[in-house]
Amino acid sequence: MSQDLSVVGRPGPRVEGIAKVTGQFTFVDDLAVPGMLTAKILRSTAAHARIRSLDTSRALTHPGVKAVITGKDLPTCYGIMPTGEDEHALAQEKARYVGDAVAAVAAVDEETADEALKLIGIEYEPLPIHMDVASALLGPGEPIHETRRAANVHKAVALEFGDVDAGFAAADYTREDLFFYEGSTHLPLEEHGALAVPEGPDRVTLHSSTQNPHYVHRAVAKVLGLPEGHVRLVAVPVGGGFGGKCDPFPHEIVACKLALITGRPVKITLTREEVFYAHRGRHPVLMWLRGGYRRDGSMTALHFKTMLDGGAHASYGPAAIYYTGALQTVTYRIPAYRFQGLRVFTNKPPCGPKRGHATPQPRFALEVHLDKVAHDLNMDPAKLRLQNLSRPFTMTVNHLRITSNGLRECLETVLRASNYAAKRGRLPYGRGVGLAVSSYMSGAGLPIYWNDMDHSQVFVKADRGGGVTVYTGATEIGQGAHTVHAAIVAEVLGLQTGDITLVTADTAAAPVDLGSYSSRVTFMSGNAALAAARRLRAMIAEASAERLEAAPEELEFREGRVYARSRPDHGLTFREACGLAEARHGNVLASGSYRPPQLGGPYKGSGVGPSPAYSFSAAVIELRVDSETGQIHVERVWLAHDIGKAINPVLARGQVEGSVYMGLGEALMEESAYRKQLLKAPSMLDYKSPTMMEMPDVETFLIESTDPEGPFGAKEVGQGPLLPIAPALANAVYDAVGVRVDEVPITPAKLVKALQSLAAGKGGRVGPERLPGFSYPEPTRVEPPPESYGHPAAADGTDGGVAAHAGQ
Amino acid sequence: MLRLPKFDYVAPPDLAGVLGVLSDRGEGARVIAGGTDLVPNLKRRQFEAAVLVSLHRVDSLRGVHGTHGSGLVIGALTPLDVIANHPHVQEHFRALSEAAGLVATPAIRTRATLAGNLLADTRCNYYDQTEPWRESLGWCMKAQGTICRVAPSSPRCLAVSSCDTAPALIALDARARLASPTGVREIALRELYRDDGIHYLDMARDEVLTEIALPPLGPTRSTYLKLRRRGSFDFPVLGVAARVSRAADGAVADARVVLTGIASRPVEIPEAAKLVGALPSDDAIAEVARAAEQRAKPLDNTDLTIVYRKRMARVYVARALRRCL
Repeated sequence: MSQDLSVVGRPGPRVEGIAKVTGQFTFVDDLAVPGMLTAKILRSTAAHARIRSLDTSRALTHPGVKAVITGKDLPTCYGIMPTGEDEHALAQEKARYVGDAVAAVAAVDEETADEALKLIGIEYEPLPIHMDVASALLGPGEPIHETRRAANVHKAVALEFGDVDAGFAAADYTREDLFFYEGSTHLPLEEHGALAVPEGPDRVTLHSSTQNPHYVHRAVAKVLGLPEGHVRLVAVPVGGGFGGKCDPFPHEIVACKLALITGRPVKITLTREEVFYAHRGRHPVLMWLRGGYRRDGSMTALHFKTMLDGGAHASYGPAAIYYTGALQTVTYRIPAYRFQGLRVFTNKPPCGPKRGHATPQPRFALEVHLDKVAHDLNMDPAKLRLQNLSRPFTMTVNHLRITSNGLRECLETVLRASNYAAKRGRLPYGRGVGLAVSSYMSGAGLPIYWNDMDHSQVFVKADRGGGVTVYTGATEIGQGAHTVHAAIVAEVLGLQTGDITLVTADTAAAPVDLGSYSSRVTFMSGNAALAAARRLRAMIAEASAERLEAAPEELEFREGRVYARSRPDHGLTFREACGLAEARHGNVLASGSYRPPQLGGPYKGSGVGPSPAYSFSAAVIELRVDSETGQIHVERVWLAHDIGKAINPVLARGQVEGSVYMGLGEALMEESAYRKQLLKAPSMLDYKSPTMMEMPDVETFLIESTDPEGPFGAKEVGQGPLLPIAPALANAVYDAVGVRVDEVPITPAKLVKALQSLAAGKGGRVGPERLPGFSYPEPTRVEPPPESYGHPAAADGTDGGVAAHAGQ
Repeated sequence: MLRLPKFDYVAPPDLAGVLGVLSDRGEGARVIAGGTDLVPNLKRRQFEAAVLVSLHRVDSLRGVHGTHGSGLVIGALTPLDVIANHPHVQEHFRALSEAAGLVATPAIRTRATLAGNLLADTRCNYYDQTEPWRESLGWCMKAQGTICRVAPSSPRCLAVSSCDTAPALIALDARARLASPTGVREIALRELYRDDGIHYLDMARDEVLTEIALPPLGPTRSTYLKLRRRGSFDFPVLGVAARVSRAADGAVADARVVLTGIASRPVEIPEAAKLVGALPSDDAIAEVARAAEQRAKPLDNTDLTIVYRKRMARVYVARALRRCL
């Protein structure tokens, strides 16, 4: 099939690329409408405090101020997950972190709004502050939230698949390790923004830089007390999301409320510091694990414990806690697996779904652990992984269905390209190579709120002028959603991406898509677009068949023409064919939709982890360590990613390189560090994220395993390639200088400490020493499914037909 | 976004005009050159200014003049980018070109000036924050408060001298020329700095730094090494300038080591003088490096950890001196 493709698989330009690089493109802060007011939010300077009094009278009478609101005006709670609706747009009785929204002002301009914020009188009564897991668990005094559980415990879960004790009993060797993965933030270039335009007394249109217009739509309508049909949500293409614009936020709700009160449009753009407080970034996670192995390296059992520092709200936490335990089994055949997870509340900006959503942390732990196991067993770390690799078209012990699986090809590709076998253990002191593999989801198998409806719907319309318009709820966040939709539809209709017009992410104009999160857009909305385009093509073919004297199914759509396969020289232009279709059908409009198959095992918590298809990645990193300064210079990264099929290989490669960059940031320097109750560095200068100077050459290999359920075989690429970076780097550091830094970021100071420890004969390890005391619940025992689910491609026991297209 | 506070802005056509405004407007007047340090600080409300007096029309303050043999004179308003790429500076005053080329980012270096870097505000990550952040933590003595948040028992402010070019120029024996309504004075650049995070300059409010003079030094090699988390953007958390001048027989005739990022002023390492009179040796360099580590007393108010920064003083001084051989 692939040789017939004329758009899909080719490295075409982004459809909005020229507009972006010439400054024509409109982001939310570029929007301005007549009569517009500017809003600002007063944020708490206390980390945990009861609001004893709040006086807005002086602000309200300040010249130029049009409205001031507080928590009393927005009493309805919300939250992205139905099980975690613990947020209010403005604090009700207490503030839970420095930066918590307390009140908001709408004024004629930003200076006036700033002046008014200073006129709001507020008195705080301090409450105990908890800034880490250990402190939160001790929890003296008032908890951060009232829950039914122990103080500050948001959620504790425990699952066991198969007989773990028997697995350990069968092991020739076991090893325990402790790891810590520091929190970090997304750092999008675009600060979050929103423009709310009132449409009469009880209707509002919200333009927002959100990744998830559908969920924001629901939350805004709920808090405003309006029917969802009275709120129109337009997701303006986002200037960088990475998971940081996935939640409904106070500024979105506040803008709508102020617009309804004043009857005027209200815009709000966060400052850079406020973006740090909006956060929803990487959870800091403490991890303990124990693995059992036979002499040949095959795994017999795995026990994994995690402790997540969640910040002040649930946010995506109910999913995040399970994600720290879910995907370990997708890369390796683990016959028996026990997982125990804990998430606590702390007085910090809430954590959430940063690229990889709570799976990079356990992946770091598992991949470094395996490197140590290989060393202990005197095995090549690559061989240890090959020994345990998961297989295509199998079920994991925790009931995840794996379809296409190019992990073996990914691994073999990077091993070959990097010359890993010749380098590992053989490079001069100070130079090293490290390896890690990973997997990620092509969209969550279940929606955030339980329902039986579609995850994605797409309309495609053709008109008598030959124009084709795609209507989709999918949001462009820089990942290429627009280009992917245009490519899929253009491919089916024999057009080019530039021929396609897109109307996206507007609840009044486009059908529902659940959002640009969990790497779901290409797979899910892409499948919906494919179905819609095929239906549209059938309508046009049916109308053209008579004129072309051929059966509809004999017609080809190529290069802007419609013709019978047997008479390629005798045809219609696409425009003529559209005219015939409009004459025959009236509207030439087709819809398509996508809903994942029934996935997930028979246990509570099984909704987190299933996906219709998994991507796979393997990475080798080569680096130099300056043993005097502890500074790391990453020389080269080889990364192979099983993408199923690259709809656009340029965009795919961009996602890989962006993921490598973000992964290196977490591995080397990024940290959501605190000083007392305050974020230490809430600025672009002082929150250290790598620059071009730190970015090594990346050699990307796109492995195409052609997933049976993906559009043209495609799977995700937006998040997965981040996952192997931190562990591959840690493993390379060990290969270079023989020390283990069992936490990220691996800073020069930690590396110098580890080198001193090694020189003093004290083991050469830096990392956590123990988990804080906590009694996890007893695990719920779940029987594993049979490994085979009867897919024909798995019957011969091979790894399926994977075509590797490497080194482009 | 963070808005600037309201202020008056004047740009006199010559130095006399600038000095006139400074003397007329008194305490509330501040000189602005490139503005890359001043403007963000104003946005964060770290201090106030009733009037900004711009130097940008005073063309006489720009340019690099002179030769290696006669010495160089550099106008205070010369952009760092020009200094970093000046062939004569690169060849004969290497520490300065390296230091200027390591400030901030390429874009900022086209705007930022030599004087702006030399006179940049001392830095402290308790102080370089927005007003609500500082209110939450409690005000510090450098702005609105009375105590030092880094070391509450300290009688003085411990904000850190963070300009890259100062140690380089001090190592090269630079002199500074200052103009005021009452006349002109010239001092050794090292005398411009005081070990106090608030009153870090020995300079009157109505004085303007106009030029930097570099004397001829004979056969000399110099260098500047900068410790920071990233290869761009960041201020130094440790900067080491070193200069070694040699006599005809190869013996060290003069040697300087100057550190930045570890105190409220640039810190000279007098033990560098021990290199003088002999051929340089590894042992002698190691001794200077150890002395530098002793003298480096970083505090927890910049990026990276104290223990690490102190230790790196030794490593960086040894490396800098070796590069000068």
